[in-house]
Amino acid sequence: MTDIHATIDGLVTSNDVVLFMKGTARMPMCGFSGTVVRILDHIGVEFADVNVLASEEIRQGIKDYSNWPTIPQLYVKGEFIGGCDIVREMFETGELKTVLAEKGVPLVV
Amino acid sequence: MTTPGPVQAAMRAKLEAAFAPQLLEITDDSARHAHHAGARAHAERLGKAAGSGETHFSVTIVSAAFEGQCAVARQRAVYAALADELAGPVHALSLTCRTPAQAG
Repeated sequence: MTDIHATIDGLVTSNDVVLFMKGTARMPMCGFSGTVVRILDHIGVEFADVNVLASEEIRQGIKDYSNWPTIPQLYVKGEFIGGCDIVREMFETGELKTVLAEKGVPLVV
Repeated sequence: MTTPGPVQAAMRAKLEAAFAPQLLEITDDSARHAHHAGARAHAERLGKAAGSGETHFSVTIVSAAFEGQCAVARQRAVYAALADELAGPVHALSLTCRTPAQAG
């Protein structure tokens, strides 16, 4: 396991919900990342934000780790959920809340 | 109706070959993204003006090839088919992948 792989492993297993994004939750630097932040805020789930623009190593590393070429990427309890299109669709159908509940992630209302 | 550029034409050919889609819609959204820093930096790397096109796309595919696949698997398959484009000129790709049954 490479260093960056281990680093990402640590991030996605030590936080219930992790969003790899461009910019920060407070200041997204890309519309797709911003959309996922708004969805997570709307359903009231706490999450760790990882700004891939701050580290080229993580930016490339997360693409390799997930076998997914684009940012943002959402992880719940160590499992890759998807990017912006999938998260948005899961939000619209209610599936996102179901997945979070099934995995035992608390929602702060 | 403008003529699709070379990037869009290449994407269409690859997606048709990989998925034999019942429906394939490709929209060039580049102009809508011209304002933000990431798009400008990407255009600069390619030596193009921001918003000059063929960097941001939306793609809708309806294909029987997606039967039995979850959303992540479907998008991975599309990303794999367009690996060259994503590694090069295409900065963002918004995907909707449906089976014929889902598309109604």
